[in-house]
Amino acid sequence: MRIIDTQEISDAVYRMAKRAGLNLTESCRAALKKAADKETGAAKFALDTILENETIARRETMPVCQDTGMAVVLMELGQDVHLVGMPLSEAVDDGVRRAYRGFRKSICDPLTRENTGDNTPAHLHVEIVSGESVKLTFLPKGFGSENMSRLFMLTPAEGRAGIIDAIVTTVKEAGSRPCPPVYVGVGIGGCFDSCAYLAKKALTREVGVFHPRDDVAAIEREALEKINALGIGPQGFRGETTALGVSCEVAPTHIAGLPVAVNIQCHCIRCEKETL
Amino acid sequence: MKKLTLPLSKEQILSLRAGDCVELSGVIYTARDCAHRRFMECLERGEPLPFDPKGAFLYFAGPCPAPEGKACGSCGPTTSARMNAFAPTILKLGLGGFIGKGEMSMETRAALRECGAVYFAAIGGAGAFYGDHVEEMTLVAYPDLMSEAVYRMKVKDFPLVVAHDAHGGTVYE
Repeated sequence: MRIIDTQEISDAVYRMAKRAGLNLTESCRAALKKAADKETGAAKFALDTILENETIARRETMPVCQDTGMAVVLMELGQDVHLVGMPLSEAVDDGVRRAYRGFRKSICDPLTRENTGDNTPAHLHVEIVSGESVKLTFLPKGFGSENMSRLFMLTPAEGRAGIIDAIVTTVKEAGSRPCPPVYVGVGIGGCFDSCAYLAKKALTREVGVFHPRDDVAAIEREALEKINALGIGPQGFRGETTALGVSCEVAPTHIAGLPVAVNIQCHCIRCEKETL
Repeated sequence: MKKLTLPLSKEQILSLRAGDCVELSGVIYTARDCAHRRFMECLERGEPLPFDPKGAFLYFAGPCPAPEGKACGSCGPTTSARMNAFAPTILKLGLGGFIGKGEMSMETRAALRECGAVYFAAIGGAGAFYGDHVEEMTLVAYPDLMSEAVYRMKVKDFPLVVAHDAHGGTVYE
């Protein structure tokens, strides 16, 4: 058994949140550069501005996007770890609170719309796994794209074609609103809520990496091709790049159902990982 | 690249065509979801808005806190479609137009045409770029809304695309 003080988790969340706010992931940057070479006109202008933005963000130590997001923390907690110190969710919130002092505070009551003032609470998801380490992933989730996400309760008869149609329809209906080129996280299977979680988890995979299962990877490739054939383009200015990638996660589901969740991520992919 | 300085004359607005890339300088006002709701409440009570709407440009945006030595933090556009519910009413007060991101509704586009106003798309996700091009920023109204408050911004060379022009043209189709 290993003892970990939750202060260490709080500090890790703080570090990851700070880095995430200021940097795109390597794979996102590479995908944007590749896309910029393909586009012309207003679409090219948009991608060039986006790439220059990251240079300015680094030079001036400013968040790449003002929407520093809802703090999503995914944790894989080894079952041989014994946590001591402040309660886990409090530790995570404490890390978020400290990191967001220089960032925008975007979290509010859903009815009164009163801002919580420090970007807490974080959305913490814990999976208990074997071993004695703690794997943390920090995903600051902007809501321009989150608003365009959808959940479909398909029937088994709709099958593979229905899954691809759900993914492509979601991106088509989102149009120019979620800051394309988007990254598309897809959950396939599970139940109503776990399917949505799979879609979120899918967004933590690097752009350009396909699912290890061949049949799932084939869905990712086909959906991406169909999305880019829509012609929405960067920022909706028409063009070849509407999505940078499609990433699916799957889980067994009920014999009566086929849940599909589509979680849209804008082109500003920020995701940090640490293992304690 | 066309360089424009606010305020824009009617002729200047009418000369813009969807798809034009411009660099805009001058004074604009930020307002997003909650601020727009308060504008509507103002109008219902017969009170003036906290800024002079004649010829003004509203920027749908909520900035990050300003770092030491800077006027403004990261400040890119938010999704304009959420402001469709308010846009025609606001435009009728004589606005020059809006700055945001993404397509707006047919109703908003019709109002832009009727009022001779223009909608510019800023590049979403380029927050540091836009924040770095804000020279002055002052609070105008609703400080309790924090980043959603109304700020007056003096901006320099904002890169924008004419998204919906004053003639019904659009960059999105």
